[in-house]
Amino acid sequence: MTARIFAYIAHKAGVVDDTAAELFAAAKKIDAAANPTAVVVGAGAELDAVCKTAAATFPEVWKIASETLAYPNAELIRQALTKIIPQGSIVLVPHNHFGIDLAPGLSIKLNAAYVSDVVGIDGVEGTSLKVVRQEFGGVVSAHVHCNIATGVVVTVRPGAFKPIETAAITGTIIDESLETGTLTTKRRYLTTIVPEAGDVDITKEPVLVSVGRGIGEKDNIPIAEELAEALGAVVSCSRPVVDAKWLPKSRQVGSSGQTVKPKIYMACGISGSFQHLAGLKGSPFIVAINKNPKAPIFQVADVGIVTDMLEFLPELAEKVREAKKVTA
Amino acid sequence: MEILVCARRVPDTSENEIQLNAAGNDIERDDLVYSINEPDNYAVEEALQIVAKTGGNVTVATVGTDEDEEILRREMAMGANKAALLSDEAFTGSDGKGIATVLKGFVEKNKFDLVLTGVQAEDGGAQVGGMLAAMLDYPFASLVNSIEVLDGSKLKVSREIEGGDREVSEIDLPCVLSIQTGINEPRYVGMRGIRQVASVEIPTYGAADLGVDPNVVGETGANVKRDDYFVPALGKGAEILAGSNEEVAGKLIELLKAKGGLQ
Repeated sequence: MTARIFAYIAHKAGVVDDTAAELFAAAKKIDAAANPTAVVVGAGAELDAVCKTAAATFPEVWKIASETLAYPNAELIRQALTKIIPQGSIVLVPHNHFGIDLAPGLSIKLNAAYVSDVVGIDGVEGTSLKVVRQEFGGVVSAHVHCNIATGVVVTVRPGAFKPIETAAITGTIIDESLETGTLTTKRRYLTTIVPEAGDVDITKEPVLVSVGRGIGEKDNIPIAEELAEALGAVVSCSRPVVDAKWLPKSRQVGSSGQTVKPKIYMACGISGSFQHLAGLKGSPFIVAINKNPKAPIFQVADVGIVTDMLEFLPELAEKVREAKKVTA
Repeated sequence: MEILVCARRVPDTSENEIQLNAAGNDIERDDLVYSINEPDNYAVEEALQIVAKTGGNVTVATVGTDEDEEILRREMAMGANKAALLSDEAFTGSDGKGIATVLKGFVEKNKFDLVLTGVQAEDGGAQVGGMLAAMLDYPFASLVNSIEVLDGSKLKVSREIEGGDREVSEIDLPCVLSIQTGINEPRYVGMRGIRQVASVEIPTYGAADLGVDPNVVGETGANVKRDDYFVPALGKGAEILAGSNEEVAGKLIELLKAKGGLQ
């Protein structure tokens, strides 16, 4: 019998996040016989809707309702969870902007171990939890074991665990709101700023020529623009290009940028981190162009070309223009 | 404002091809080029920009060995006034919690208004800043992509959340923030700058200096241990088009036509 497993349920506007079912699947990997408990934090009618949805998968749902928690401020939620989660528990949290904010500190407050961004779970032997993590942008993976004698907080990579098909159940919803006591914080949420729309909307484009760190410098951006123009496509990019201020934020594909769904995605000099790939939906035809044959992008691409993009893209642009002339 | 930046020396993924060693238990570390962890460099730049407005000092600290001193020097060449190497045999093999415990010892021996870390390292878990804050009972914010000093007691910060949205909060000092890349444009460090700080004495602090119990850090104290590395087998992999650039471009155009990308 392993420790009790809790899953933190992310939700927005009354809708349960995809990660909820993924955490349920991860819990079952830890212990196939586990009856994981969902923890749902929020306020109002939205919260009740989320609890009801969670109870269709999880046999038990702990509800924490408070107006103070209407916005998910990790500082407040950490305090609430510290008061109600029993010692020695296994706590699963999605590895996203919220999990990164909540989980490391939570592990300290619960006196539990912490293992982050888990992509695979091999199971528990005694007090040792065996998991798989990725390092160096997914180029290599590592088997990691973690001593969970005093419990553990695990952040689970979104998308890494496939939800299990289960018949809908009617789990018990337990109101734990009063157990959390008074919550105070030294970090007060003010507002959310939505980014300004860019000159082009990359989310609506059928063909994207996307550039990454491999573009090298700002002066090389026209090389990608030239190919895009020939193809009737637009240029998008990965995070390092925006960090370096070579292209505006509105052109960034990824979990911290735009979610795009093109028919064709040309990934040029992009290594293919999971944060980048998380912004790519609708199974596009992916062409990867990269100097490094070990770049993770080649594992997800349909077609790969191992070459220097700076030499290849102008050649391709020229051929595209020729091909179009012939067709015209 | 007194600011501490916690930094780490890591293999530079833009300079190296990371691959497994022959035994498969580690990455191949021979001939690896190391540099400061990229988000940590943004954190130092941010600290320098803050003290340029408020006055005060920027201290850069790392938990490591003599080899890690080079990144401290680099950040001093960038403009940090002070550096500290937190080094002890007892720290070897520390997990994230162990590193945070050592840093806590250093913070408690000093007085900082603000502690910054990079959001994460290439082989790390975005964990040290959040752990350190919880140990110190300081407020914490991760993925910070802007900082505005409101007065001597609080900051206005924004966090990078999904879809490029920015979550804006007010946070009381002292606090711990983990800094996201792109928050600023780190200044260039030339060879001349490096030479100027080449002979600066960098103080080293061990477990006893920091009041750290050697049993709760290092290999002994670590809850999380790596068993081995391996190369993941994901998907079927791409069909690699081989040949000269010209030949490959020709093949690719046929494929793009077939997929409707060329009309």
